[in-house]
Amino acid sequence: MLNAVPAASPAPPLLSVQGLDVTYETGAQGFWGRPRAFKALEDISFDLRPGETLGLVGESGSGKTTTGRAVLRRIKASAGKIVFQGKDITNVSGEQLRKLRRNMQLVFQDPYASLNPRMRVIDIVAEPLLVHGLIRHVDEARDRITELLRVVGLPADAHDRFPHAFSGGQRQRIGIARALALQPEFIVADEPVSALDVSVRAQVVNLMQDLQKELGLSYLFIAHDLSVVRHISHRVAILYAGRMVEVAERDELYDHPIHPYTEALLSAVPVPDPRTQRQRKRIVYGGEIPDLVNPPPGCRFSTRCPLATAQCKQEAPKLTERSPGHLVACWNR
Amino acid sequence: MAIPMPATRPVVATPKAQRGPAFLSRLDELGRELWQDKLGTLGFAVIVALLLMAIFAPLIAPYDPAAQSVISRLKPPAWLPKGSWEHILGTDHLGRDVLSRVIYGARASLLVGVVVVLAAGTFGVVLGLWAGFKGGRTDSVIMRIVDVQVAFPGLLLILLVISVIGPSMTTMIIVLAITNWMVYARVVRGIVLSVRQMPYVEAAEMIGCRTSRVIFRHILPNLISPLLTLGILEFTNIVLAEAALSFLGLGVQPPATSWGLDVANGRDYIFVAWWLITFPGMSIAITVLAVNLFASWVRVTTDPQEREKRFAYQRAKAAARRGRKAGAGPASQNQGGRS
Repeated sequence: MLNAVPAASPAPPLLSVQGLDVTYETGAQGFWGRPRAFKALEDISFDLRPGETLGLVGESGSGKTTTGRAVLRRIKASAGKIVFQGKDITNVSGEQLRKLRRNMQLVFQDPYASLNPRMRVIDIVAEPLLVHGLIRHVDEARDRITELLRVVGLPADAHDRFPHAFSGGQRQRIGIARALALQPEFIVADEPVSALDVSVRAQVVNLMQDLQKELGLSYLFIAHDLSVVRHISHRVAILYAGRMVEVAERDELYDHPIHPYTEALLSAVPVPDPRTQRQRKRIVYGGEIPDLVNPPPGCRFSTRCPLATAQCKQEAPKLTERSPGHLVACWNR
Repeated sequence: MAIPMPATRPVVATPKAQRGPAFLSRLDELGRELWQDKLGTLGFAVIVALLLMAIFAPLIAPYDPAAQSVISRLKPPAWLPKGSWEHILGTDHLGRDVLSRVIYGARASLLVGVVVVLAAGTFGVVLGLWAGFKGGRTDSVIMRIVDVQVAFPGLLLILLVISVIGPSMTTMIIVLAITNWMVYARVVRGIVLSVRQMPYVEAAEMIGCRTSRVIFRHILPNLISPLLTLGILEFTNIVLAEAALSFLGLGVQPPATSWGLDVANGRDYIFVAWWLITFPGMSIAITVLAVNLFASWVRVTTDPQEREKRFAYQRAKAAARRGRKAGAGPASQNQGGRS
């Protein structure tokens, strides 16, 4: 099952994120009230090489989706820099941003809500071509769409049917076909399989892997299912409460986790062997996730960490390289 | 798995001439679909009949609607004792023929109802879309304007405007539109706020749709069914509002007439001559019913999922009917579907 090959190309990164901060403004009090700031992401940095998959893992509210949306410039970054194909796109807007969409696409989590129920499949898949002026009428793209649908494994007669006629897995394939229509180089997959049945999950993940091999796509693969991430990713990054706590090559991270949070996370993955599973020990930490409106000054995991010291509560640890390509943010490990 | 990616070169567009027949055949298809829905067809037929009646009123009406005849005043309809076939629906307190007045009245009532609903609807929908889509301050400002105007008595505004400009059909239409757009803005804003959060709207923005396309292609279609319902309810309101204005002498000016005006005028005679108020009233009711029946068909037709359900249901019904007719064999064996 673990057939993903680590991409070790020394090519310049396709996408480079440096010190990304995202701040949400919440609940302005009344008409003239001042909105309060909510730090959803703080100091996120990573590189994505061409043809590589970076898995992004974290619990609910840790900022996985926000990272994906911020990289696609859907959400405004309050600080930091996003460099895509050598160009700084942090402040691109308007028509330029629209053009940028040709190279970066998004696959959605919910295949039921992400397809317009009033549009035929062909209209949905051809819409990117239409809005970027590559075709003038949907009928011109009929052959092209047939080919795309075949590539993602949908029947050729899917064209004129509406999304409600398809199952969840098939709908996700339509979503993938839509993302592929413009032949982008970079796709953010925001929990693309979490809404699917386990049996269909593998199919969709394998499809994404095959497409990557054929088309040289780069994925930012957001998920909370650690087994799926292990299957598809070349490298994995762990998020906790809006900060990155550990990044490493896939096998390195799964075999030798360093951060206490990563350890706890990995211990929660069930093993498909009852005897081994019974002997394993789950690491469970108590405590609460910090309030991100008033975050603690130090490490955000310090409220739950068994190793926390006075330093952890005062000063936030930076990501430091422990072995080549393995970065961890922790004072004590 | 080999993946030959399609070429990025735009294909030559199909000649425009080919789209004409395609459009006609689509219309034909829709016509057949409407025929399957008997109530929808009935509604549509009544609407067409009413429109024809309004347009060709001078040819159909047996009398001049304004011609008075004191000798034959308050004659009952033909089928009652003392009634005569000269005045099928009787006459009013000035001896005017009720049938002719109903036929002519359709002109003003339909015109005012339809134009006001369209004008107020367009204005309200545009503002509601804008407020809901932009959000924030824009939203607050627009919705406060709506609140202010809802709180302000509409009739007072109408009286002020009309007494300054002077009563006429155009004035009445404009004034009614100005005082009735708020409900559309409120409804539309609410729906836009919820639809805007749908992932498929985000998807449209992510693939690079311009704002206008997002609004018209992805958000607006969701408004069809609530707007149809609202528009029809408002149509009745407008017809009655027009009646109120005409009754006050600020709307339709005699000798012209409207259903609402006749209902209002006949009010004083309701115990002596029920037909004065009944026939124009029934006309309003029938119009609204017909529009409702047709609109219900339109609503289902614009929603792909509902449309397929209806198609399957009608097919099953047709199959069952044929099964009964054949007398033997289960209905499921019938494979011939309707076209």
